[in-house]
Amino acid sequence: MNVVTPPEKLERKAKDYASDQEVRWCPGCGDYAILKAMQKTCADLALRPENTVFVSGIGCAARFPYYMSTYGFHTIHGRAPAVATGVKLANPELDVWVIGGDGDMLSIGGNHLLHVLRRNVDLNVLLFNNEIYGLTKGQYSPTSRIGTRSPSTPGGSLDAPVSAALFALGSGARFVARAVDTQQKQLPEVLKRAHGHRGASFVEIFQNCIVYNDGAFEHFTARDVVEEMQIYVEHGRPLVFGKNRDKGLRLKPGSIALEVVELGAEGPEAAGVLVHDETDRMLATLLAGLQPPLPVAIGVLYCDPAESYEHQVVGEQMAAAVEGDIDALLRRGHTWTVE
Amino acid sequence: MEGTSVLAQPRQEMESAVVRFAGDSGDGMQLTGSQFTLATALAGNDLATFPDFPAEIRAPVGTTYGVSAFQINFGARTIRTAGDAVDVLVAMNPAALKVNRSDLKPGALIIVDTGAFNAKNFAKAHYAADPLEDGSLDAYRILRVDMSSATEKAVESHGLTKKEALRCKNMWALGLIYWMFGRDRQSTVDWLETKFGKTPQIANANIAALNAGHAYGETAELPTGVRTYSVPAAKLPAGLYRNVTGAEALAWGLVAGCKLAGLPMTFCSYPITPASQLLHLLAGAKSYGVTTFQAEDEIAAICAAIGASYAGALGITSSSGPGIALKTEALGLAISVELPLVVVNSQRGGPSTGLPTKTEQSDLFQAVYGRNGDAPLAVIASRSPHDCFEVAIEAVRLATTYMTPVMLLTDGYLANASEPWQLPSFADYQPFPVAFHSDPEGFHPFRRDPETLARVWAKPGTPGLMHRIGGIEKDYDSGNISYDPANHQRMTDTRAAKIAGIARDIPAQGVEQGSERGRLAVVGWGSTYGPISRAVANLRNAGEDVSQVHLRHIWPLPANLGELLAGYDTVLVPEMNNGQLVKLLRAEYLLPAVGLSKVSGKPFKIAELETAIHAALEGREP
Repeated sequence: MNVVTPPEKLERKAKDYASDQEVRWCPGCGDYAILKAMQKTCADLALRPENTVFVSGIGCAARFPYYMSTYGFHTIHGRAPAVATGVKLANPELDVWVIGGDGDMLSIGGNHLLHVLRRNVDLNVLLFNNEIYGLTKGQYSPTSRIGTRSPSTPGGSLDAPVSAALFALGSGARFVARAVDTQQKQLPEVLKRAHGHRGASFVEIFQNCIVYNDGAFEHFTARDVVEEMQIYVEHGRPLVFGKNRDKGLRLKPGSIALEVVELGAEGPEAAGVLVHDETDRMLATLLAGLQPPLPVAIGVLYCDPAESYEHQVVGEQMAAAVEGDIDALLRRGHTWTVE
Repeated sequence: MEGTSVLAQPRQEMESAVVRFAGDSGDGMQLTGSQFTLATALAGNDLATFPDFPAEIRAPVGTTYGVSAFQINFGARTIRTAGDAVDVLVAMNPAALKVNRSDLKPGALIIVDTGAFNAKNFAKAHYAADPLEDGSLDAYRILRVDMSSATEKAVESHGLTKKEALRCKNMWALGLIYWMFGRDRQSTVDWLETKFGKTPQIANANIAALNAGHAYGETAELPTGVRTYSVPAAKLPAGLYRNVTGAEALAWGLVAGCKLAGLPMTFCSYPITPASQLLHLLAGAKSYGVTTFQAEDEIAAICAAIGASYAGALGITSSSGPGIALKTEALGLAISVELPLVVVNSQRGGPSTGLPTKTEQSDLFQAVYGRNGDAPLAVIASRSPHDCFEVAIEAVRLATTYMTPVMLLTDGYLANASEPWQLPSFADYQPFPVAFHSDPEGFHPFRRDPETLARVWAKPGTPGLMHRIGGIEKDYDSGNISYDPANHQRMTDTRAAKIAGIARDIPAQGVEQGSERGRLAVVGWGSTYGPISRAVANLRNAGEDVSQVHLRHIWPLPANLGELLAGYDTVLVPEMNNGQLVKLLRAEYLLPAVGLSKVSGKPFKIAELETAIHAALEGREP
C-alpha cells in the first residue's frame, strides 16, 4: 500500500519571529501587545522570514522592525508608505508590512498614506493610534481630541482630530479594519485578514501610550465597558453587541445614520438590525464614524478587493534586469552616415 | 525694379551660420527648430541648438513674456555652442522681434511676418510705433512677408478653419529658410506625414505651407541683400550619427548602465521643469524592462527609489533644484543605509522657483554639501548633450560599486539642447555586474569590501540574511543600532573614506586643450564646456598660452587635480552661478583661483569668455 505523505508543513512558533534585539519600549506600552500579536500571526501563517519585510517611519511604533527576525527597514518620518511602494515595485513577491504611528502616518506622512491607499499597493499598513506624540515627549497629535493638554498645547488643543479609518475610506482604501492592542483574540484575526487581502490593507490599532496618554481608549476598551461600548463586526453577521447580545445597529428611520436598537424576543431581524456587508463602502463609512455614546466599531469594516498597483505595473515577480538591444535604442529615429 | 532675383546669384558660402526662430509659445517654434536641426544634420553640418522658451505653456498671445525661441548654430567646422549672435532671425510677431533684437549680429537678416505686425501687436509688445518704419532697424536687412495670408492662401484648398490654417504658418517660414540654406524638405515631409498620420488633411496642409514658403523664396523678387547661402558639410569623423538631446542621451545612458550592472531599473520621479523629459523618455522604455513610477511628490519619488534599491533594483530619481531640496532628508537616509541610488538634477535658475525654463549651474554646493550631518556622496556632471550618455553609465557604475547615492548634474540647457552624436557601439562598454550577497556565514549588513569600503548588498528574499537597517547609526561590526561615541566617529570616517576612495577609481584629470603647465588654465564643469572650449581654441589660435581643464567628477575631485592646477600661474573658473566650483577648488587646494560668474539664465557667450580670459592673462579682474 502506498502511503501518500502530506506536504511538509513548516511548524513555526511566535518566538521564531523575534529578533535578538532588546525591546526598548516603555514598560506597559501597548506596542508590546501588538508585537506579540504580530509574531503570533506570522507563526500562524507560517510566513517565510526571508520574504517578509517590515518598513517603518519614525516614532515609537516605527522601532517595530528591529524586533522582528524578518527583513526590516526603519526609514524616515512619514515616508514608510513611499519606501514600501518602491520595495513592491522592485519585488512584488515580498510580503511587506508598513508600521507607523498617528503622527507618522497622518501628520508628516498623511500625503503618502493617501496615495498608497488610493493606488492600492499590496501592502499591509498598520497604524498604531495612541492619539499622542510619544518619542518627542507628549505633544498632541492629529488624532488627539479637541482640548488635549500637552506640552505644546498647555491650554488644550484647538484643532479637530482626523479619524484614521474615515481618512482611509476617503482615500479609496479597499480594506479598512480596526483592532485594539490588548485584544489578543481579535487582533491576530484582523492581521490575518489584512495579510490575506491583495492590495493595500489598512488597519488602525488603538494603542495605549502608558506614559503620555494613558487610558485614552478606556471608555471603550476597559473590561467593564468593552461589551457595551464596542461592536465587533463580522461579514454576514448581524450588527449585534452588548453583554447580553441584546443590542443592535439599525438605520435611523428617515436618515442615513446608525442608531442603537434593543433586540426584542424576535431577534435582530425583526428589530431591523443591519447585517454587516464588508463590501458596502457606505456602511463601512457609517461604522467608522461611530463614536461614544454609540459603540466603537472593531474588526474588518470594509473589504472589497481590486487589482493591486504593483501587479499592474510589474506583474507577479521580481522585476527583471534591464535587457534589450541598446544599440537599437540609440539608433531609433533618424540616423545618417558620415563617410 | 527694386530688388533683384536671387536666382541670378550663386549661393554665398558661409563657414557657419546662426538662425533663430522666434514667435509666440503657441506658434510651434520648437518644432520648427527641431525640424531645421534634423534637415541640417542630414546635410552633414556639425551643429548645436538652444531652445529658449517661457515657463508659461500658452502665455497671452503677442506678449514679450510669451516669446518662444529656438536657436541653431551650424557649420562646416566643429560647432561647440549654439552661437553668440544671430545671422538670421525669423520673427513671427513684434514681441519676438523686440525680445531677440539685442542678440543680432550687425547686418543680420530679419524675416518678419507682416501679417502679425499690426497696431494691436505693437501695443502688446509695448512698441510706440511700427519698428519696421521708424528707422530703428536700419542696421539690419529686413525681409517683410505677409506669412499669415500667404499661408492661408497656400492651404485654402485643404478645408481648414482659419485658426487651423494659421497654425501652418511655422511650416511656411521653415520652407523659406530651407530655400535660403538649400536644405532638403523631405525629412520634414516624412515627419509631418507620421505626426499627422490620423489627420491627413492637417499633414497635407502643413506640407503645402512648407512647399509654398520654399516656392516663395524661389520665385519672389526679394529685396537687395536677401540671398541664398550654402554652409558646406563639416568634416566629421566617419561613422553613424544621430541628433541627440541631453535628456535622450541621459535616459539611454541610464538604461545602458543598468544593463551593464545586470540590474532592473526603478525610475521614480515627480514632474518638474526641466527634468520631466527624462520621466517621459524612460516611461517609453518599458520594453527594456524599465519600471517608471510617477510619485505623489518629490519625497515619495526618492523614497520609492530607495525602497527599490533596498529590494534589489537600481532606484533612480530625477528632479531640478527645488525638488532636490525636498529629497534632501531621504538622500541622508540612502547615505546612512548605504544603498545605491542615482539622483539626476537638471539644474535651473534659482533660488526657490527661480527661472524654471532657464539654465544655471547653481546647485553644485547643494549637491556636494547640502545635507544635514556629515553626508558625503559622489557628484558628477555632464558637459554636453551626448556626454550625458557616458555620465549616466558612470553614475550607475559608481552607485553600485560603492553602494552610495550619486548626484548627476545636468542643466536646463543640456536637457533641451541637441547636437549630432557619433553613435557608440554598446559592445565597447565594460560590464560591471552586481553580485548580491548570499552567504549567511559571518554575515552582517555592514560588512565591507576592504578595497572599496562598500557594504554588502543583501536583498530581501535571500534566505539566512534577514537583517534590519535604518537611519539610526549602526555598529561598525554588527550593523545593529549603536549610540556608541567611538563607533559614530568610526562610521563617519568610514563613510567619508569610502567616497574619497572613489578618486582612485576615476581617470586622472586631463587637459582638454593646451599644455599641463602654463600661464592660465580655464577650469569648467558641466554645460559651459562648449563656449569655454571655443573661446580657448580661439585664443590659442591667436597664440595665447591658455589651457582648458573640464571636470566630470565634481566629488570626489580627481586625485591629481590639485597638482595639475598648481602648474598654472592663474586659474580662471567660469560658472553659471555666483562662484561655487571656484570656492570648492580654493577650499580643497588653497589655490588662488579666480571666478567668472554669469547668472542671466543664458549660457556663456564665447566673446564674454574671451574677454575674461584676456583680462586674466593681463592680471586684471575678469
